[in-house]
Amino acid sequence: MKALTLILTFAVGLILLAAVVDLPDWGDPDSPASTYLSPHFIQNAMVETGAPNMVTAVLADYRSYDTMFEVVVVFCAALTIMFVLRRTHRETEKFHKPRPEREDSDIILQWAARLLVPAMQLFALYVLVHGHHSPGGGFQGGVIFGAGFILLALAYDLETILKPFREGRLFMFCVLGAALYVGIGVGSLLLGGNFMDYGVWADILGVSEVKAHYLGMLGIEIGVTITVMAVMFSLYADLASGGDMDEGL
Amino acid sequence: MKDFLPFVIANYNYWISMILMLIGMYGMIAKDNLFKKIIGMSIFQSAIILFYISLSVKKDGSVPILKYEDMGYMAVINVADYDNPLPHVLMLTAIVVGVAILGVALAVLQKVHHVHGTVEEDKILESMRE
Repeated sequence: MKALTLILTFAVGLILLAAVVDLPDWGDPDSPASTYLSPHFIQNAMVETGAPNMVTAVLADYRSYDTMFEVVVVFCAALTIMFVLRRTHRETEKFHKPRPEREDSDIILQWAARLLVPAMQLFALYVLVHGHHSPGGGFQGGVIFGAGFILLALAYDLETILKPFREGRLFMFCVLGAALYVGIGVGSLLLGGNFMDYGVWADILGVSEVKAHYLGMLGIEIGVTITVMAVMFSLYADLASGGDMDEGL
Repeated sequence: MKDFLPFVIANYNYWISMILMLIGMYGMIAKDNLFKKIIGMSIFQSAIILFYISLSVKKDGSVPILKYEDMGYMAVINVADYDNPLPHVLMLTAIVVGVAILGVALAVLQKVHHVHGTVEEDKILESMRE
């Protein structure tokens, strides 16, 4: 089996090596990938959307439809994990019984987490709102937010974190973010534009059309952040508690 | 075919992601432990992400964020000054999908471990035959 796999791997490697010759040189500015569509993005992203960061402009404006379903994919993953792991009737014991004693929990770790988490959340907000001008954006900010919650859950235990942030509320946040995203898109549809065409918000917001694009992108990035944050934490909570989201690591 | 070797050596981005891809593929096929298969899948995915990002690179190009001197209305933006932003966007979304896949795979794996008591493929098959 192992030998067969090795032979197969080498065969695939040879095929790939033969295909490499047809690829453009590394760093070639005239490669096909860099000459067809991307010059438009590079030259017009700032003029059309007001965001110097072209990646954000393409992600949240030009390819907004794609990103919307990205959020839906993440949301579906959280739902799937819950459905896969959830047991309708509880077995007598949890899988990780006996639970470790929590009396001697580490006070240094807990205080370090306490000090670190506000800084992490502030940094996540910075990454979110400064995503138009520097590397960052909704997904990255959401992941840092989620990491803050996971750090708290690791330093204390899952019950402590889930007390204010219960499962229902967690999934409400997931839906809220996705709904904010879709709502901005549908709103521009109702205002007479195309789906996800933020320019039509200009009259309502009282700003220029470019600024409306800028603000629309910020709005959907906030939606992405909320969803990704809730999904990241629910992912951890589901996996750590065996799907019940009541107790765990 | 005569300049095959210089080409391959000069474009080491391609064969680095190729080797990573093959490592991931080998892990996915040869390993019996299902968790190691998931790790192999992640390595495979990283290889593809690296490949796309390396396609976006331009010689002497900077990151796809507009420099200050190019921000004015009359500024003429030289396309070759900036990397291609499109692969960055596609890979950003690919990473997010990767996290979703990883999470679902881990959940299924946990369920498998709960039902069969092991994550070794041959032992699972053994216990299913009984």
